Amino acid sequence: MNALRRNVLKGAAGAGAVAVAVAAGLLKPTQAMAAWNKSAFEAKNVGDAMKGIGATSPADSKDITIKAPDIAENGAVVPVEVTSGIAGITSIAILAEKNAQPLVGTFDLSGGAQGFISTRIKMGQTSLVRAVVNAGGKTYTAAKEVKVTIGGCGG
Amino acid sequence: MAQPMRIRATMAGDVADVKVLMNHPMETGTRKDAKTGQLVPAHFITEVTATVNGASVLNANIGGAVSKNPYLGFKVKGPKAGDKVVVNWVDNKGDKNSAEATIG
Repeated sequence: MNALRRNVLKGAAGAGAVAVAVAAGLLKPTQAMAAWNKSAFEAKNVGDAMKGIGATSPADSKDITIKAPDIAENGAVVPVEVTSGIAGITSIAILAEKNAQPLVGTFDLSGGAQGFISTRIKMGQTSLVRAVVNAGGKTYTAAKEVKVTIGGCGG
Repeated sequence: MAQPMRIRATMAGDVADVKVLMNHPMETGTRKDAKTGQLVPAHFITEVTATVNGASVLNANIGGAVSKNPYLGFKVKGPKAGDKVVVNWVDNKGDKNSAEATIG
C-alpha cells in the first residue's frame, strides 16, 4: 500500500508541473495600444487640434504633396493622399480646417513605412485640407483647398 | 458586429503597397436620424495598427471625420514578396477586427 501511495503522489506532482508549463506557454504578450488622443480629436478649432497633436508653429514645406480634388461634389467622401519626401518621417496628421472637429487622423509611421498615407475623409464645407508631418524632431506642414458642394458632416 | 474587411498588398519595386478597406459606419455622433430627429450615437474606428512580419509599421489614431467604410493606403519599404501584413482596428465601442494578407 505504501508503494502505491508514493506513486500516486509522484503522479500528481508530475501532472501539476505539466499544467504550470502549459499555462506559461500559452501566455501571449499582449500588444500595447497607444491611448486615443481624445483632447486633440475633440478640439473645435485648428489651433487647439494642432496643439493637441504637439504641432506648434510648424514650418511650411514644399516636400509635402497633398493630392485631393479641387472640387469635391460629395463632402462625405473626399479622397486625400499625402506624400512627404522629408527624410526621417515619423508621423503624418491630416486636418480639415473648417470641420467642427478639424483633426481627421494621425498616422505614426515606423519600421520602413514610407511618407505616404491615402484615405477618404468627410468635409463639412469648403476649407483647407492640412497635412502636418513630423520628421527628425521637426514639424512641417502644407495645405490644399478643397471646395465642397454638399457637406458631409451631419445635416 | 464586426464586418469582414478587405486587404491587398502588392510589391512595387522594393516598396510594398498596402490597401485596406474596413467595413464600418463611422458615425460622428453629430448626425441626426432623418426619421426620429434624434442624434445617431457616435460609432467610429479610433485606432488602426499595421504590422509587417510582426514588426509595427503604422499606428493610426482616427476620428469620425474619416469617411464611412474607411479606406487606408500606405507604403512600406523593405518587405519581400511572401511577407505577412496584419491590420487591426478598434472602435470607440471596443469592437475590433483584424485582417491579414500575404504580399504578392
